[in-house]
Amino acid sequence: MSLVISGIAQWFVPVLILLVLGFAQWRRVKVFEAFTEGAKESLSVASAIFPFLLAMLVAIAVLRASGLLALVAGLCGTILTPLGIPAEVLPMALMRPISGSGSLGVLTDLFKQYGPDSLIGRIASTMQGSTETTIYVLAVYFGSVGISNYRHALVVGLVADLAAFLAAVWVCKLIF
Amino acid sequence: MVNTLWLAMILGGIAYAVYAGTLAELTPAIFAAAETAVQLIIGMLGVMAFWLGMAKVMERSGLMQLFVRILQPIIRPIFPSIPRGHPALGSILLNLTANLLGLGNAATPLGLAAMKQLQTLNPRPREASDAMCTFLALNTSCITLIPSTVIAVRAASGAARPTDIIGTTIISTLVATSVALLMDRLLRQVRRGR
Repeated sequence: MSLVISGIAQWFVPVLILLVLGFAQWRRVKVFEAFTEGAKESLSVASAIFPFLLAMLVAIAVLRASGLLALVAGLCGTILTPLGIPAEVLPMALMRPISGSGSLGVLTDLFKQYGPDSLIGRIASTMQGSTETTIYVLAVYFGSVGISNYRHALVVGLVADLAAFLAAVWVCKLIF
Repeated sequence: MVNTLWLAMILGGIAYAVYAGTLAELTPAIFAAAETAVQLIIGMLGVMAFWLGMAKVMERSGLMQLFVRILQPIIRPIFPSIPRGHPALGSILLNLTANLLGLGNAATPLGLAAMKQLQTLNPRPREASDAMCTFLALNTSCITLIPSTVIAVRAASGAARPTDIIGTTIISTLVATSVALLMDRLLRQVRRGR
């Protein structure tokens, strides 16, 4: 299964390029002009999202460096351990929604301590792969079109992260 | 709303740093983060330019419209507020496909293009529309088939079979996505009723 999937991924991009350009040429589209015109837009997109990216990364850095994040993780740990959730994976659950590189750091740290094939390592891997960096995605996507009122999107994203975390613990305990 | 969140993150962090005596670590962390933001944006720029170029070719040739016409029956029930055949549906579909295949670098520019098109349908430009909330519910819960980054890190850390978490990841991501869509539907109604 995984071989099939990674096989598809390998073929996907080259075949897509071939199809897109082939079809466009057949339709008499000036492919080079269209491509460069689209590529040019990336500069305005990048300059539009940059301030939001920077603002969020700075705020997250403050939370991490101050030690507040670790404190909250510790507090949650005392609540969740009785529920059969290993406290070791909690920093992962807290870091995942706010920082992709931060949670990747936690993941490698857990691998070093417990090994990638331990239950903790597998739960953490599943968590890393099954959700996105919610706060970052919202800040960048909404920021790019100038929206400041996120309505319920933040709550939805965070609840989904919690669901993914609980599902990861439960599925890994069941399978491994 | 984002103003309050951001302010709370920074003020809370600084206040705690004063209390915990970690103030000295704050300044270097802030400037390191600012530098990371620049590296991220520069790193993204090349791939983003490539995919936006491809997307423009697809749009000009009519391939995007064809793609939308074929696949919209699957996706339109989730986005009832987007008119049939609207280009936003095409960008959403492309973004979800890229996410599904674990091509995160391709997913971001396509997703941002979708947001731009959704914004043209938004009656209140400062406020997120229903379709945007649903789209981001799908994106933040990240339906994916191959968690390529995780597999790479597992392999680098000496896992016996780095790919053995694919199954559990798919199950857990399906749970997250279902919960996200359900919550989105529920909260949309609640907020409207108020």
